[in-house]
Amino acid sequence: MKIAVCIKRTPDSESRFKIAGGSAAIDETGLKFDMDDFASYAVEVALQLNEKQGPGETVVVAVGPDNVQETLRKAMSMGADRAIHLKADAGVFDGLAVAKALATELKAGAFDLVLFGKYAFDTSASVVGTATGALLGVPTITAVSRLEIANGRGTARRELEGAGEMVEFALPAVVTIDEGIARPRYPSLKGIMAAKKKPLETKPAQLGSIRVAVKSMELPAERPPGRIVGQGASAVPELVKLLQNEAKVL
Amino acid sequence: MPNILVFAESRGTELRKVALEAVTAARGLADGMGGGEVHALVAGPPGIAAKAAQVGQYGADAALVCENAAFARYARESVAATLAERAKAGGYRAVVIPFSSQGRDLGPRIAARLDAPIAADVIALSAAGDKITAKHPGYANKVIITLEVSGSPAVISVRPSAFTAKEAARNARSETVQPALDPGAEQVTVKEIIEGAKGKLDLGEAPVIIAGGRGLRGPEHFKLVEDLADAFGNAAVGATRAVTDEGWRPHSDQIGQTGRQVSPQLYVAVGISGAIQHLAGMRTSKTIVAINKDPEAPIFKVADYGVVGDVFEIVPALTTAVREAKKGH
Repeated sequence: MKIAVCIKRTPDSESRFKIAGGSAAIDETGLKFDMDDFASYAVEVALQLNEKQGPGETVVVAVGPDNVQETLRKAMSMGADRAIHLKADAGVFDGLAVAKALATELKAGAFDLVLFGKYAFDTSASVVGTATGALLGVPTITAVSRLEIANGRGTARRELEGAGEMVEFALPAVVTIDEGIARPRYPSLKGIMAAKKKPLETKPAQLGSIRVAVKSMELPAERPPGRIVGQGASAVPELVKLLQNEAKVL
Repeated sequence: MPNILVFAESRGTELRKVALEAVTAARGLADGMGGGEVHALVAGPPGIAAKAAQVGQYGADAALVCENAAFARYARESVAATLAERAKAGGYRAVVIPFSSQGRDLGPRIAARLDAPIAADVIALSAAGDKITAKHPGYANKVIITLEVSGSPAVISVRPSAFTAKEAARNARSETVQPALDPGAEQVTVKEIIEGAKGKLDLGEAPVIIAGGRGLRGPEHFKLVEDLADAFGNAAVGATRAVTDEGWRPHSDQIGQTGRQVSPQLYVAVGISGAIQHLAGMRTSKTIVAINKDPEAPIFKVADYGVVGDVFEIVPALTTAVREAKKGH
């Protein structure tokens, strides 16, 4: 199968964040960046599908500034065959604009399957994958925790609020990947060496007009410090009193 | 004055809490732009029409009712097309939807159909001139991003529990709407819905959440958490990622950065240390109670009320006390 995986470079989610001077971006000093977690699950799913199903091609695509190339190289060191960098220095918070750039590229590529993470850590919006599928006009299945492909058709399990949904669809299709589906492999030394020679193509991202812009960023208000009500079961009557009279939730 | 279209999500033949919250958010936005009308689209199986008038209590001027047997299950393309067609025909300024499981799937489809800008998972909304300003927690709730959305219509999805459904009674007129796309011709066929436990409150809707962590030491001890939830009567049970990774609880129970993000009135963390990944999913809860044996556990930094000690001793005592308190009501 010809599979495209759209990936993203995001900061380590365990980081402590600061807001940069202009207050419309995070301060990137000292932050560690890597392939977004959900994107790495999607890459793993693509590699496994092509390994199981015989000859195929896995192409990784990313929209962003030049530093996304290191993320594309990482995906190739995991086993992806080639990479496409759609260069854009701004505008990535406009999910539909990013989806348009991706859809333009993907349409030309004639892929059987396009995978995304179900969301990316930074924008946390769950927009780009679904919008790309809708723009391409192909079956689009989100938050997938299980995926099987056979004879040009797919079966997937979606994770909903407290329930699962089993769906069927025809290829080509766009699927966004939830966690728990596959553990991403570590690149081997051989993989890292091979990735250096794999093709990485750069072209400008066709974002169109940007209509969603970041005006400012701020850190959320800290919760006011709480208190320790007491130790052991003897603290329970006091806790219940506070829940009734102070918090008024009981 | 610009009008706002809102999607009042339903489950079976009931409107969901997130539907009324979205109507409240839409009402606020319309009022902020001069008091235009709010039209709420309700799509569901036959029988939903009887419930649609509820949207008027929360400030909608019209209920647009789309009844179809196929809407007993989520018909993604048909619902998106119906909302998009209406938005186009009605010249609305914005389409407001909940950022629920359904809404997060639906929003980008509507935006793509309308070629409209989209702001997702919004916790505050205002209008300024020809722009809509939306606050959205990004970086797993660690950074609040203020987005400026230009262009009309805009698609806005609102985070569950971020807007409190507020009564603003109006006599909503009713209008029947046809699906813009045959729900029988969806590209994605739903084969089966695997329900969670019957009668269980959803984590996104429950006013109280009792969550358990590794401190419970094994799946069999979740009975303690379930009993406490039962004592409250309006509580759902959640879990940490460590617990769902161990398979003690289903994946769908996970609260945290990569699981559900919740904001109940009361969150009780039982045997949860408070890893950053977990805090990202619950720190916006109104009141947080933590019960943990380690007084240094980070959960106590975000808890309003902490009790230090053995969960196996404290939780049953709390369950009894809550039952007593509930009886007194």
